[in-house]
Amino acid sequence: MARAWVPHRYLPLTEADRAQMLATIGVASVEDLFADIPASVRLLRDLRLPPAPSDAELLAELRALAGQNADADRYVCFLGAGAYDHFIPSVVWHLAGRAEFVTAYTPYQAELMQGELQATYEYQSLLCALTGMEVANASMYDGASATAEAAVMARDLTRRGGILLSTAVHPEYRQVLRTYTAPLGLTVTDLPHEGGVTTPQAVRDALDGETAAVVVQHPNFFGRLEEVQALAEAAHAAGALLVVAVADPVAYGLLQPPGALGADIVAGEGQPLGNHLNFGGPYLGMLATREAFVRRMPGRLVGATVDARGRRGFVLTLQTREQHIRRERATSNICTNEALNALAAAVYMAALGPHGLRQVAEACVRKAHYARERLCALPGFGLAFPGPTFHEFVLTCPLPPERLNEGLQARGILGGLPLGPFYPDLDHGWLLCVTEMRTRAEIDRLVEAVAEIAEEAGR
Amino acid sequence: MTEHHGLASGGVSAPPQEAPRRPGADGVPLLIEQSAPGRRAAAPPASDVPPVPLEAILPPAVLRPTPPPLPEVSELDLVRHYTRLSHRNYAVDLGFYPLGSCTMKYNPKVNEDAARLPGFARLHPYTPVPLAQGALRLMAELEAMLAEITGMDRVTFQPAAGAHGELTALLMVRAYFADRGERQRTRVAVPDSAHGTNPASAAMCGYEVLTVPSDRRGNIDVEALRRVADERLAALMLTNPNTLGLFEERILEVAELVHGVGAQLYLDGANLNAMLGITRPGDQGFDLMHTNLHKTFSTPHGGGGPGAGPVAVKAHLAPYLPVPVVERDGDGFRLDYDRPKAIGRVRAFYGNFAVLVRAYAYIRAYGPLLRQVSEAAVLNANYLLALLRDAFDLPYDRPCKHEFVLSGRRQKRESGVTTRDIAKRLLDYGFHAPTIYFPLIVEEAIMVEPTETESRETLEAFARAMLAVAEECRTHPDLVRTAPHTTPVARLDEVTAARRPNLRWRLPEDAPA
Repeated sequence: MARAWVPHRYLPLTEADRAQMLATIGVASVEDLFADIPASVRLLRDLRLPPAPSDAELLAELRALAGQNADADRYVCFLGAGAYDHFIPSVVWHLAGRAEFVTAYTPYQAELMQGELQATYEYQSLLCALTGMEVANASMYDGASATAEAAVMARDLTRRGGILLSTAVHPEYRQVLRTYTAPLGLTVTDLPHEGGVTTPQAVRDALDGETAAVVVQHPNFFGRLEEVQALAEAAHAAGALLVVAVADPVAYGLLQPPGALGADIVAGEGQPLGNHLNFGGPYLGMLATREAFVRRMPGRLVGATVDARGRRGFVLTLQTREQHIRRERATSNICTNEALNALAAAVYMAALGPHGLRQVAEACVRKAHYARERLCALPGFGLAFPGPTFHEFVLTCPLPPERLNEGLQARGILGGLPLGPFYPDLDHGWLLCVTEMRTRAEIDRLVEAVAEIAEEAGR
Repeated sequence: MTEHHGLASGGVSAPPQEAPRRPGADGVPLLIEQSAPGRRAAAPPASDVPPVPLEAILPPAVLRPTPPPLPEVSELDLVRHYTRLSHRNYAVDLGFYPLGSCTMKYNPKVNEDAARLPGFARLHPYTPVPLAQGALRLMAELEAMLAEITGMDRVTFQPAAGAHGELTALLMVRAYFADRGERQRTRVAVPDSAHGTNPASAAMCGYEVLTVPSDRRGNIDVEALRRVADERLAALMLTNPNTLGLFEERILEVAELVHGVGAQLYLDGANLNAMLGITRPGDQGFDLMHTNLHKTFSTPHGGGGPGAGPVAVKAHLAPYLPVPVVERDGDGFRLDYDRPKAIGRVRAFYGNFAVLVRAYAYIRAYGPLLRQVSEAAVLNANYLLALLRDAFDLPYDRPCKHEFVLSGRRQKRESGVTTRDIAKRLLDYGFHAPTIYFPLIVEEAIMVEPTETESRETLEAFARAMLAVAEECRTHPDLVRTAPHTTPVARLDEVTAARRPNLRWRLPEDAPA
């Protein structure tokens, strides 16, 4: 079965190396090292994979694949719904992309990994500053899985098995939460939104002694603002926790953060903080909570300490919560997380600072408001849910939003998300997002194009 | 130093006591300590729409009274901060990283270029399918390549990491048995050598975890497995080669036994790097598995993530894959959400797509030559083992696969030096330490995985360092016990860190009155 060895740029062993190494080991061929594999399951043929191209050919091929996609550089993007096209300062990936960070492993040898550990500690600190919470972990997979783990954490904290889940939470987050909680026997009850928001009265009506947590999103999936404080009071009055999910934490540059409004756990998506759209991943699961709850928290935590000579240093800490020590009794199975994306988020938050982040959030609000008012002025268009919004809003349209999008695509614009697939009662609902990246000229182009498409359809 | 297997002696000088000074060598202040009001490091787009008072848009009560208490630093401050932090890190691009079970191979640069193409990096996940055909084609082709490599039929890319893949797979097993009316299957068996994620994932899936011991050759104990294999068993989670770096010699018997009681055989694919083109899990009898793209398929670990843990399954489990799956549609591709038996979703969107791009580029760069990856990985591991086997105990003396596990019990017994001490001393020699104290079944475990991308010279340099430390255990045990001596910080107080957690910086206004 010995096949001729073909030199490859990633494989440094030479013919002479291999001969000497085999002699040292005391075997005649590499094949002998596989002798313990039953012959009946050896693969006797070559893998059926396309032959290797040169790097130049490979890159050309990948460029061609990438070129088939309508990315946010080539198209004017009004899509949001959990993934946001924010400005990413050049420093973010020049720093997060340094090979010393990119090609490192989890910082198991703390003395050698102070850079990674300090960067994570600073990320935890920055996220607390932004959300108003007391403790944040080193990261989860994404906003959806972080929200699901928050629900499980609430069960562990309250020893109750009910979750009240607002239907104004991102539909994919809700789906993930149900997938995670079903085998654990949690009962998830939908909390229907009323006019695009979750009402404290609906929460009070649905709460009972078995409710572990009320889960809402703020700003919610429709771009509306939830009454977080009143929702927290309602939850707490029944001994339940309030989990606030967030899809775009940039909002907290301007809005009161959940930590100031009584939230017990904040779970969400950190992609908007300096991470690329990446067709959905890798993103950044954020999880923050109260200090008192830290020992029920999933995921890695970095803490500050001192070394044997009294100097400040950082270590992975409270590891007895984690799977490598606690195994089936761990708070979660999470091991690999999204460390590099957390690092990028930290650079982003530090780059913008308090005023820069507020400026971004404010530009989002103003531009979205301008777009919203102009679009609502078009005949047949209106707000599905009147009221204040952050940088997203739902329009009701006189024609199916899918048709609007087709017309917009021909004009180089990515329109909003049609809500019909997620909310059958909103089949003419169209969720648009306007970040600080969209210019007034682009918004005007959108409005004119929508007017044209609707008019053509009406004729 | 004595000679071992023709390894040249000499060439090892004691590590310097004083490293050359460079900025940040004495510690890097926290960003918040460098903050001064009025500085900034970014110029984001401002509003260019007609100004409207903010209160006309949002009720004042919802606004933050003051901006978030983030640091205020200049752009150069920020660049120096993170550059200095990066100098206080260890990485594959810097040196040998023999962490067992982690497959710290070289991360090719062309993969990074590919992932950063705007057509991928700037692509919104809800871009209408006809306008995202390049991305979907890449996913479909990667699925086909992984199916061929693993001997499986279908693949989901949704899991973001290996443990996430384990959870996804067990949810599918659970759905499969629920569908068949076999709800009495409430138990999952896991060998005592397994990664901690295995029992944790089983528990998250609501399963009772049964631990199966290993036998004297380092294989799963088939007789012990037989005792727990009954109609209550849902799955056996097996790592192959296992965490001792040994191929499960009785794999066919194990598969027969598990299938004989109607259970599913799951592969923790963390160690796939030993098997590429050599043997396929699907042919060994596994029904489903996860693979770590950040191990076997060269995508960088990023200091702990992101990774990707795609799950590959045999056809009988395909209906339970999470939604959506990528399907061919004429000349193009579509996302299929209409799958009534699907377990649902385990995350939003489709997975860590930018990681998939890198793995795709990696597999393409080898094609059928992937087999040489595993051949070289196994050769490197056996060579390193040959260089080290006299100096340390070897609890399971068999040809290893891509990694091997030594024990530091001799050093502990003879010199009172622990494996942790040995690991810390290796840092002084300029190497990252191997994985230690895992697997749990080996006392004072030292788990070494060299990977295929390391040269003979690097392996020998590492071996010389290991032998030098073994010698120091005898001659200067205190030097080892107090290591490291040359790293940016000395040994850190983990006990205080856990007893009095300090998990974020405190602003002056947070200080207790």
